[in-house]
Amino acid sequence: MKALPEVKVGVLNFQGAVSEHVEALNKTLKELNLKGQVLTVKTLEQLEEVKGLVIPGGESTTIGRLSAKELAPRIVERAASGMPILGTCAGLILMAKEVYDAKIGSVEQPLLRLMDMKAVRNFFGRQGESFEAPLTIPLLGREPFPGVFIRAPVVEKVWGEAEALATYNGKIVAVQQGRLLATVFHPELAEDLRLHKYLIKLVLDTL
Amino acid sequence: MNGLGVIVLERIIVKPSEKVEPVYGTVTVKRGFARMQKGGVIMDVTNVEQAQTAEEAGAVAVMVLDKLPADVRKAGGVARMCDVKIIEEVMDHITIPVMAKCRIGHYMEARVLEAIGVDMIDESEVLTPADEHHHINKWEFKVPFVNGARNLGEALRRIAEGASMIRTKGEAGTGNVAEAVRHVKEVMGRIRELQSMNDEQLLDVARELKVPFELVKETALLGRLPVVNFAAGGIATPADAALMMHLGCDGVFVGSGIFKSDDPLERAKAIVMATTFWDDPETVAEACKMVVEKKSMSGVDIKTLKPEELMQTRGQ
Repeated sequence: MKALPEVKVGVLNFQGAVSEHVEALNKTLKELNLKGQVLTVKTLEQLEEVKGLVIPGGESTTIGRLSAKELAPRIVERAASGMPILGTCAGLILMAKEVYDAKIGSVEQPLLRLMDMKAVRNFFGRQGESFEAPLTIPLLGREPFPGVFIRAPVVEKVWGEAEALATYNGKIVAVQQGRLLATVFHPELAEDLRLHKYLIKLVLDTL
Repeated sequence: MNGLGVIVLERIIVKPSEKVEPVYGTVTVKRGFARMQKGGVIMDVTNVEQAQTAEEAGAVAVMVLDKLPADVRKAGGVARMCDVKIIEEVMDHITIPVMAKCRIGHYMEARVLEAIGVDMIDESEVLTPADEHHHINKWEFKVPFVNGARNLGEALRRIAEGASMIRTKGEAGTGNVAEAVRHVKEVMGRIRELQSMNDEQLLDVARELKVPFELVKETALLGRLPVVNFAAGGIATPADAALMMHLGCDGVFVGSGIFKSDDPLERAKAIVMATTFWDDPETVAEACKMVVEKKSMSGVDIKTLKPEELMQTRGQ
């Protein structure tokens, strides 16, 4: 049997739930018996080292502004050349081609615009409306996925090559487009590694 | 076998009619909210214009107050919850989370803030305490709380009462970072001590601090507080913010430091930059160049304050 290559993946490290994703990815590599390394990514040099990237939850305006100058253009290039990316919550917003806020309407914020989808920020309302709910994600099997929604957006529509992976009461909450994955909920806060495993699988496909 | 087999790639069929019932206000979503703030700067504001400046500068949230802590200090008298109308106005104009302060032990101010939908409540010593002996039982609320702490005992007691986030108390409204430094070192030094203790010793600590043994044990195992831990109280410059990150804080609150300065937008941007890139002195230097020291808020030496003027001794 051919030895599996070493997997180097990164978590964008400007703001938000960075350590949670690092921990989830480390557990994933361990469970999959893979050699690898999880890096935090704040500079171009760090970005060049990784073969897959997580854009964590946090405040999309903050992460967007901080990455706009240097990293964003390179992330877009890497995505175009096939690097797998998982974006959660704020990460999904940054990856969407179109974004608006449920209450404020149009918003001006730097985006990566990687996926054919329209995201609605703060769709469910404020923190008081944050919730947990089990999700059915056909791609990941029968077992419900513990969905943690924190001031979550939803995806109003997808087009082109983007495909809805899961819905919650009729709203799209997870999307895939080629090797790009995005969820409005927080797999890094759930005791379930299936989405992180799927990301690693996509990374292995590119090696 | 590398375990990749657990990913079922054969899609199952789901009936779209299944309605899922959500559960609100769980510990995961309350503590999770605080986790999403990590690495960020939360800024004190008193009106919509300041809130928009904060958002533009890259703040992760704003804290709406009636008066900035420096002015609370100057004005004296009883400091209470902010005008509800102002908080609502701010909520209507920005997309980032909005927090507000209630007095220590004031259940009804907290209920009012929860009812209008603020994203997090700061049960704060900057306001005049409503209850000299008790904090709010925060488990009763769906909205998450942040509390101030000077040491590990205060931090763990607040967590035991249901706080989802801790911040150092520092000494608000002074523009002097020394107390925040003292408080974070107190907390972290004590946690390092816990890490070398056996259960018997941890039990002694639990008795001494008047907190559940399980919480002390969890803290010892994690090597950190089980909730997000921010710096607050006296942070006035980009270098102050970077210092607090260097000391291991998860993020910073900046109170009077921004809007009591003469260059708020530039300073807010510079503090965000210094907080994110705290481990890169060249970028912190660049952030420092964005502000003029002459325009920093004028500070107060804590040694000149009378004991009754200290805010940090409120609510232990």
